[in-house]
Amino acid sequence: MGNHNHTHTHNFSEQFVFSGKLKTWSLIAIVVGVLSIAFGFLTDHAERTYANLLLMAYYFTCVCATGLFFIALQYVAQAGWATGLLRIPQAMSRVLPIASVILFVVCAAGLMTHNLYHHWNGDGLTDPSSANYDKIIAGKAVYLNVPFFLARLAIFLGAYSFFAYLFAKYAQREAEQGGLVFYDKSIKWSAVFLIIFGFTTPIWAFDTIMSLEAHWFSTMFGWYNFAAMWVSGLCVITLIVILLKKGGYLSWINENHLHDLGKFIFAFSIFWTYVWFAQFLLIYYANMPEETVYFYKRWEPEYLPWFWVNIVINFVAPILILMARGSKRQTNTLMFVCIMLLCGHWLDYYMMIMPGTVEAHRGFGIIEIGIAIGFAGLFAFLTLNQLSKRSMVPTNHPFLEESLHHQI
Amino acid sequence: MSNIKYILGHFADPDDLMHGIDKLQEGNVKIYDVFTPMPIHGIEDKLGIKRSRLGKVAFCFGLTGTITAISMIYYMLVYDWPMNIGGKPHFAFPDFVPIMFELTVLFCSFGMVGTYFFVNHLAPGRAPRVMDLRATNDRFVVAIDAKENPYHDKIDNILKEAGAVEIKHNERKYVSYE
Repeated sequence: MGNHNHTHTHNFSEQFVFSGKLKTWSLIAIVVGVLSIAFGFLTDHAERTYANLLLMAYYFTCVCATGLFFIALQYVAQAGWATGLLRIPQAMSRVLPIASVILFVVCAAGLMTHNLYHHWNGDGLTDPSSANYDKIIAGKAVYLNVPFFLARLAIFLGAYSFFAYLFAKYAQREAEQGGLVFYDKSIKWSAVFLIIFGFTTPIWAFDTIMSLEAHWFSTMFGWYNFAAMWVSGLCVITLIVILLKKGGYLSWINENHLHDLGKFIFAFSIFWTYVWFAQFLLIYYANMPEETVYFYKRWEPEYLPWFWVNIVINFVAPILILMARGSKRQTNTLMFVCIMLLCGHWLDYYMMIMPGTVEAHRGFGIIEIGIAIGFAGLFAFLTLNQLSKRSMVPTNHPFLEESLHHQI
Repeated sequence: MSNIKYILGHFADPDDLMHGIDKLQEGNVKIYDVFTPMPIHGIEDKLGIKRSRLGKVAFCFGLTGTITAISMIYYMLVYDWPMNIGGKPHFAFPDFVPIMFELTVLFCSFGMVGTYFFVNHLAPGRAPRVMDLRATNDRFVVAIDAKENPYHDKIDNILKEAGAVEIKHNERKYVSYE
């Protein structure tokens, strides 16, 4: 093709202003969260509060980690379409260290106060002479013990946070100096990160969530959690893009970019179902008591309706709504699906955590809603604060031009 | 009355081709079709081609597969010859899902292969429809229906001015019949 003199009317020097109502409301949400936590402890619901803290801290960390995963994926695939919106996952990944600290503190505090993981962390569980002796837990004690558990968590989250720092540094240098040096470095370290992330996320999910019911195990659980993480992270990215566009920013993002994000959400909602069902089918078919116990608990009357709602909201609804091309290109439809899936995956995590912690004493009230609002506010505050510190577009990124002309 | 059926304008470059299409449309010349060795972004919009119905066809094929699978399994395992498999109910739906999924994919993919052969006249014994062989190699070809557009000289001039490297007046529609 000949030489083009590319001209566009986009204002690349625009800066996101994080102030006013948005800032006030995210701060109010954080206060609501703190008050709900206090309410939970004061009304003697310590275990339920901890379970909700774990849920939202895990959700929050997963979404931030997805930002990092998204960037690494774009680099390794040398994809150009998403360059114009890359600042959003970048801002999310910059929040990852803070999210990691919160998750670590919640897990450690839950362990110390015996509100979380008491299934494998209790007096005499591994002592054959004790009345509490549990042979299965004793057999797993080499792996499931407090120091090793916390060390794994610290190493994994520390490694992810390190890569988040590294990519943020490269992006900053690229913006200042230009050239291909930092792009090439990002590709190389993205490949390294993806290998580490791919092998450690299943273990991370085994530790933080699956070990709540330490007798039970499923090798699909890691990928099931990864699918949930990736779908919810993509929904957050899409939602931020749509809301920024509605706020008058990101003029260079059009329905073609949203279409690609929509396809991602559509595809990985199906992937989530695939993994969910693979786990369910094998347990259903083999019908072994040590495995069916997981679904037995979720089939009790207090969880059964939500078991079905989980599948409808995370599989049936997105597949039907997003199948048509037009609905992926319509901002409002896509926004609705994103919000629905974010609620849906909250429910998904709820179904993973609650039957193993509070069991029949589950609730849905001030504690659940308040803590969810609190973490959403914290995420919005930290991410938008990061976003407001830099230009809205990586102007020196080699694939920016391709992103501007993206058309499908 | 001439026997010319189609006028083909050859371009060496996709940008020249797009320019040529613009010029023809400015001159109110109706374009029959455009053949290019590779996909060109935005050409469908420019030519006003409607979106392909391939997606709907694929959906129908897939749905046929799902229905075939569920009716087949239901007839065999629930109605005709119920068996006790692992103490499960006869209508053990989760067990059927993988087969339903596989038949959906199978019907959809075979259906799409069939559709591809049907639409492109690629079945054995049928001559493929090719208006110009170089459109599969290095030329970007605009085809204009010569019967619908009577002023052939004017069309030739527009093509030449737009940078066409070769202009053909074909008396047959498809070269592949020869």
